[in-house]
Amino acid sequence: MYKIKTENLTALFQKIAGHQELYLPVRNAGQVNYANWSDEAEVDLNVLNTVKSPKDAFFPQSENLYTCKRDGKKITIEPEQLKSQNFVIFGMRSCDLKGVEVLDKVFLEDPLDTFYAARRDHGTIVAMACNEPEETCFCKAFGIDAAEPNADVATWMAGAELYWEPLTEKGEALTEMVRELLDDGSEEAVEEMKTNIRRIIAKLPYSDLSMDGWNGEVLDEKFNSELWDELYKPCLACGTCTFVCPTCQCYDIKDYDTGNGVQRYRCWDSCMYSDFTMMAHGNNRTNQMQRFRQRFMHKLVYFPANNDGMYSCVGCGRCVAKCPSSLNIVKVVKAFQNQGGEQ
Amino acid sequence: MQELVKRASELLADGSVARVLGWKAGDLPYNPEPAYFENEEQLRSFVYNGFCGANLSKYMIEASKLEGKTLVFLKPCDTYSFNQLMKEYRVDREKAWIIGVGCRGKLDIEAVKRSGIKGIESISEEDGELKIKTLYGDHSISYAEAMLERCHSCKGKEHRVYDELIGESEETNDSERFAGVTEIEAMSPEEKFAYFQKELSKCIRCNACRNVCPACSCRKCVFDSNKFDSAQKANTDSFEEKMFHIIRAFHVAGRCTDCGECSRVCPEGIPLHLFNRKFMKDIDELYGEFRAGEDAETKGPLTDFTFEDAEPGVVAERG
Ligand code: SF4
Ligand code: SF4
Ligand code: SF4
Ligand code: SF4
Ligand code: SF4
Repeated sequence: MYKIKTENLTALFQKIAGHQELYLPVRNAGQVNYANWSDEAEVDLNVLNTVKSPKDAFFPQSENLYTCKRDGKKITIEPEQLKSQNFVIFGMRSCDLKGVEVLDKVFLEDPLDTFYAARRDHGTIVAMACNEPEETCFCKAFGIDAAEPNADVATWMAGAELYWEPLTEKGEALTEMVRELLDDGSEEAVEEMKTNIRRIIAKLPYSDLSMDGWNGEVLDEKFNSELWDELYKPCLACGTCTFVCPTCQCYDIKDYDTGNGVQRYRCWDSCMYSDFTMMAHGNNRTNQMQRFRQRFMHKLVYFPANNDGMYSCVGCGRCVAKCPSSLNIVKVVKAFQNQGGEQ
Repeated sequence: MQELVKRASELLADGSVARVLGWKAGDLPYNPEPAYFENEEQLRSFVYNGFCGANLSKYMIEASKLEGKTLVFLKPCDTYSFNQLMKEYRVDREKAWIIGVGCRGKLDIEAVKRSGIKGIESISEEDGELKIKTLYGDHSISYAEAMLERCHSCKGKEHRVYDELIGESEETNDSERFAGVTEIEAMSPEEKFAYFQKELSKCIRCNACRNVCPACSCRKCVFDSNKFDSAQKANTDSFEEKMFHIIRAFHVAGRCTDCGECSRVCPEGIPLHLFNRKFMKDIDELYGEFRAGEDAETKGPLTDFTFEDAEPGVVAERG
């Protein structure tokens, strides 16, 4: 266990950024999102949830795949380079870490997504324990421990000190790089923090949320429930919930006309959109009820069915905080619970 | 609130309306959601409080297609949207029973959180103060400080269209509506560009602003068309980032009622009202004062023609 005084964090960031790209929560025009570190960047490590999740670091909202250029009769195709430089992402929380595990299931299994895999290979994750969880958090429902962020390096903010513990080889290497800035720290201070965090987590309004009744086996029962007809009604189909979510993984591939060629890029898609999974014959979800249902069925039924029971919600609470109509996955789970499993 | 529930039950019971469109209590102290109610039992979860900012007018587009009348609760500002939607033949007046509800300003949980309050357990009100209990201690914040931006420049508490009125309103307007626009107008072109670049670079193209907007009621938005290069899902570059907003602002110009929903829902806190108000200010200056949604008949200055209209050249002259 190491530690560093918070007043020396800027020196730490400078040091890391001297060797590698460094992404961390930065306040810009009033909102905190992950961004590249620079001397001017207003780093904010107190904000629990960035507006967008950090999944951009591995799965950016839009990325080029290849570019075709036409020059007279000659057409050239340039594939996009894969990430080849190491980078550090600093400040991820336990829920978002689990979110990366969810994405790994999708992108690192056969067929391997090379763009994603390259970023995963080159990224070192420094995570932070959550000192002050929010009322919207329900990571506990998925067995995630906000006090014990399991990344390459785990850190705990305790007063004027940040405790630092490397947990993997990548973490050791990063620690080596910044070793001169770190002092030795005691386990006790961190143990106390952990107890404290878990005590708060137990008191959160959603801490007793139960996922009972949601698993890969209940497809027909849940799919055919009449509850969806009620639940979806206030949904504006905006897609905010899917774009702020650390685990939403669907993407679309599109062509951008550059005037003298085509840029083929992929960008996040949202099941809330009318052209989601549009095919030549049309769309297999023809109304918003079906699109709304897809989001929750995917997270709580289809995903666990295909991934040994792993849910693809991590309880970060972003959709709870950001839905313009105040809908969210917790309300859906509770609605099914209240209905007493009749369906 | 009990009066609203009582009246809704009566109208449901005597068959005057087939359903009620209102707000349903949430599971946190601040997250009620728009909801339909069809019987007294369901009305038990009805709520009307400071967090019922959601404007229900746009839901009336769909409700107009349903069998029977829908009772809808509209705040004063929401009625402007309803009028505008009527003017555009998007809602059916005959299908609506409008109860205008009193309003003393609606609250913005983001404003509460911006003041540093987190871990909220309960919110109550005492003498114009919100008492907020949190996991990290008790706080208080004045009601006005926690209000939505739009309530600070409220259009007034008169309902522009209704069948009956219930409840008292209180004045909340305490700021000059165009102050933000004037500030930006005073900037140099470079400063303006930098300002909007900074704000719009946060946009995640989630479409919350568009989908909540009563003026954005096209059956198929140009940004949802896969025949258009700039499909909805991502900003491929910083030009597109701006284009979405510029097109939207132009398209709602003269029709935007300044209902404030876009700014309320933007997850990135982008002050979208500034775009719309710039158009309003210009329209006021070029064509005389005009408020979209004041009534459902008057032709808007941009959809009407008179010989006194400003010539397009005015844009070039003003720079
Ligand atoms: S954020 Fe809310 S309104 Fe928007 S698509 Fe998601 S559930 Fe629907
Ligand atoms: S569904 Fe909501 S709570 Fe779950 S991971 Fe996504 S944004 Fe977070
Ligand atoms: S189906 Fe919808 S909810 Fe599921 S990952 Fe895709 S966009 Fe997200
Ligand atoms: S709501 Fe905000 S983030 Fe979403 S598209 Fe509109 S401006 Fe962008
Ligand atoms: S642009 Fe914004 S303020 Fe204007 S009508 Fe639409 S949601 Fe309301």
